Amino acid sequence: MKKLLITTAALALSATSLLAADVVRLGTEGAYPPYNFINDKGEVDGFERELGDELCKRAELTCEWVTNDWDSIIPNLVSGNYDAIIAGMSITDERKEKIDFSENYTQPDPSAYMALAGSSPDLAGGVIAAQAATIQAAHVTESGATLVEFASPDETVAAVRNGEADAVLADKAFLAPIAEENADLELTGDDVLIGGGIGLGIRKSDNALRDKFTAAIQSMKADGSLNELIKKWLPDSAPF
Amino acid sequence: MHKYSHPDLAKRPAIFSFCTDPDTLGQFQWLACYLTTGKHMGFYISFGTVLLLLAVTAPTALLFGFGGASAARSTFLPLRWFGKAYIAIVRGVPDIAFFLFFVIALDQGIEWLRHQVKCPDWDQPIRQGNDFVVCAAAKMPLGNAPQWIHEVYGFGLAVVTFAIVFGAFAANVMYGAMRAVPRAQLETAEAYGMTPRQTFWRILVPQMWVYALPGLGNLWMVLIKATPLLFLLGVEDIVYWARELGGAKTARFTDYPHADWRLWYFFVLLLFYLGFTRVSEIYLDRIMKKLTHGQATTGGEAQRKGAAT
Repeated sequence: MKKLLITTAALALSATSLLAADVVRLGTEGAYPPYNFINDKGEVDGFERELGDELCKRAELTCEWVTNDWDSIIPNLVSGNYDAIIAGMSITDERKEKIDFSENYTQPDPSAYMALAGSSPDLAGGVIAAQAATIQAAHVTESGATLVEFASPDETVAAVRNGEADAVLADKAFLAPIAEENADLELTGDDVLIGGGIGLGIRKSDNALRDKFTAAIQSMKADGSLNELIKKWLPDSAPF
Repeated sequence: MHKYSHPDLAKRPAIFSFCTDPDTLGQFQWLACYLTTGKHMGFYISFGTVLLLLAVTAPTALLFGFGGASAARSTFLPLRWFGKAYIAIVRGVPDIAFFLFFVIALDQGIEWLRHQVKCPDWDQPIRQGNDFVVCAAAKMPLGNAPQWIHEVYGFGLAVVTFAIVFGAFAANVMYGAMRAVPRAQLETAEAYGMTPRQTFWRILVPQMWVYALPGLGNLWMVLIKATPLLFLLGVEDIVYWARELGGAKTARFTDYPHADWRLWYFFVLLLFYLGFTRVSEIYLDRIMKKLTHGQATTGGEAQRKGAAT
C-alpha cells in the first residue's frame, strides 16, 4: 500500500509538470457532411475541421479530434471525455440546460425536406424521418407530422429511399449535395428556419474555454475568414 | 464542384501508384484503389480490434463468472449475498444502459479516487450541475496524453465492462453447473477425509466444466456479436466502419463516390461472423469431447463404451 502511494505521488509530480502543454479535445460525429465527415484517409474533415483547426490556432490551443456517437455526445462531454462538441450542434434552450455554447459560428441554418423525385409528400401530416435528438426531430413533432427517428443521418436518407418515410428533414447543407447528385431524390416544400445557429458545446463549468472559443470566433467574424469558410462549405447558408 | 481535402492529410501516398486520379480509372483499378484508402485500412484494423477484445474479454469474463459463482455458493453469508446480488442485478440491466451509464460512472469513479489522492487542497465542488470536474492532474488519461492512450484506455474500460456483464451470465451458468455435479461425488470426497476446500478444487471444479460448457459456449457466441456496443465508448468496431463506409457518398466529399453500399459491407460482416461462429463451434465441440472424457455423464459413458468395443 505504501509503495502504491509513493508511485502515485511520483506520478502526480510528473503529471503536473506535463500540464504546461494544454490539449483541448474536440468531439465530433464524423457522419454529417459538409459539417463533419470522415474523408477517404480516415480523418475528420469538413467545415468544422477547418474551422476548429483555425479557432485553435487563434486561441493558441493544441487541439485533438475525437469521434463519438451522436447519442452519447453530450453525456461524454459533461463527464469530461473531451472538452468541446463541434458537431453541427444548433444552440437550443433545451441543450442549454445541460451545456453551454460558444457564440454561434453559423447563422440559423435553413433546414429542408427531401423526398423521392416526383412525389409530393404531405409534409404536415405524413411520415417524416429525422435524426434522433436533433432540432429537426423536435420540429417534426411540433408540426403534427409523424416522426420516425434514426440514430445516424445516413439512415434518415435511406428511410426515404425505401419508402419507410415520405420525406426527411435535415440541415439543407447536408441534403442539398445528396439531392443534386441523385436523380431519384429532390428537395421539396419550403425551407424552415429552426435553431439559434451552430455553436461549440462546452461544459457549463468551463467558462474559460468557452470565452476563448467565442473570442476566436469573433475574430474570424471580424476579418471575414469565417464568411469565406461558410461560402466554401455551406453555400446555402447566410454569411455574417 | 470544389473538392476539398485537408492540407495536412494529403501527404500520405496511396498504396498503388495509379491511384492519383480515380475518376479516370478502369473498374478493376478503381476498386483496388477504393479498397486501399486510409478509411478502409481503419476498417481492416478494426477486425483486429474486435478479435483482440474477444481474446482479452473471454478469459476475464470467465474469471468474473467463476468468482461470482463461487461467491454465490459460499457458506459465508455476506459473500453469498454479494455473489447473488451481482448475478441478479447485472443480468437484469439492459446491456445498452450498462454501456452508456456504467462506463461513465466507472470512469468518474476512477477520476474521483485520483482526485482525492492528487489534489487534496482543491476547493471547488466536483459536481457542478451536470458537470463532473476534477483537477487536471486527476484526469484519466491526462487531457494532454496522445490519442492512442485515450484509445487504449477506452478499450480497457470496454474490456472491464464486457467482463462484468458477461461475467454475471457466466456466473449463473457456472453456479448451475456446480450444482449439477452429482452429490455422490462430493460425498465420496468427504468420506475420504477431504476438507471442503479440497473437495471444491479437486472434485467439484474439474467436474463442473462439462455441465457449464454448453452455456458458456452460448455466451461466447453472443459476445462475438456484441461488439458494436464498443462505439458507445468511442472505440470504432467493424459494424461502425461498415456503416460509415457503406453509406452513400457524394462526389463532393470523396474521390470515390458511390451509392448506398451498406448491403455489401454487411454481407462481408455476415461472412466474417458466420465463419467465426463455425470455427468456434468446431473448437467448442473438441473441448466438449475432452471434458466429457472419464466423466460420470451419459456422454462420458458413451465415450467409455466406444473405446471398449
